[in-house]
Amino acid sequence: MIRRRNERALVRPHVVTGGRAHPTRNVFDLVTLLIAPPDQLTGPGRDAGLSPEKLRIVELCRGGALSVAEISGILRLPVGVTKVLLSDLVDSGHLITRTPAAAPPPARARILQEVLDGLRARL
Amino acid sequence: MDSALASETPYLRDTVRTAVKILVVGHFAVGKTTFVGALSEIRPLRTEERMTQAGASVDDLAGIRDKTTTTVAMDFGRLTLTDDLVLYLFGAPGQQRFTRLWHDLAVGALGALILVDTTRLEESFAVMDIVERQGLPYAIAVNHFDGAPAFPAEEIREALDLDPATPLAFCDARDRTSSTRALIALVEHLRTLDQEAP
Ligand SMILES: Nc1nc2c(ncn2[C@@H]2O[C@H](COP(=O)(O)OP(=O)(O)OP(=O)(O)O)[C@@H](O)[C@H]2O)c(=O)[nH]1
Ligand SMILES: [Mg+2]
Repeated sequence: MIRRRNERALVRPHVVTGGRAHPTRNVFDLVTLLIAPPDQLTGPGRDAGLSPEKLRIVELCRGGALSVAEISGILRLPVGVTKVLLSDLVDSGHLITRTPAAAPPPARARILQEVLDGLRARL
Repeated sequence: MDSALASETPYLRDTVRTAVKILVVGHFAVGKTTFVGALSEIRPLRTEERMTQAGASVDDLAGIRDKTTTTVAMDFGRLTLTDDLVLYLFGAPGQQRFTRLWHDLAVGALGALILVDTTRLEESFAVMDIVERQGLPYAIAVNHFDGAPAFPAEEIREALDLDPATPLAFCDARDRTSSTRALIALVEHLRTLDQEAP
């Protein structure tokens, strides 16, 4: 077996940030959950003027909540493009992110325990 | 939208509010897609990201047909674990040059499961370097291929230069139970690290 030479110590910090020249518009993670609020909140005619891609996203998201990755995968749009379109659609009120109503996000320790319990229950 | 798409779409349960992700990484043909498929409750989906040859992400609509771009595909699956919580598994290719893609994947990820094949162990070294560079905690899952010699765990640990605390699990990526166990080994490790953190 060929042995790995661990090069942890040789990593230079600037390598890690390489290539990010412009400020990221990445407000969305791949697992940010989004949904289109019911029509009465957006009002009739709100979809007028949306590009075909944005219209497809809004219509998809009317059915229920999905992650950014799922929207990208189902509509076969590249992730980067999807994130830009989603960002616009949240700004225009067509979509909302689905986060806990008022509660703070659960602590990492609790999430890890729940993931562990959930996986064990599948065995 | 045509109602066919709506009725086929695997929407999340209404009560889900928290989504987390774990990366399943490894070199070419190590079994990432198979692993994600064995565990996912939905038919695995594929996302694509267009990157420039240099590894930057092309994230505006302009120029996506530029010949200097290349497409990186990622398969992912989903496991609804409680009424509130959903886990996404992303099968990510171990290509170093896609720094930006790696950063996007790693931010917010709980950790990574690195799939290795004992007949091509050295191909995993670069993958481990990427994961370590992203500062992601990880576990190793040896995906057993038919006919591959069964090396003892100690020999594999030695060859991969593993930290003694890093879990090493054995699985068959086609098999749900052994693959779930490998994921459990990772999450147990993540919980230990979390409890040890100041
Ligand atoms: N015998 C055996 N075959 C496996 C196992 N896991 C995957 N395979 C096979 O190995 C091949 C590659 O598996 P994939 O899941 O496509 O691997 P991958 O890492 O997604 O490959 P790329 O995305 O191309 O890098 C497929 O033909 C699988 O059926 C395993 O545990 N045992
Ligand atoms: Mg694959």
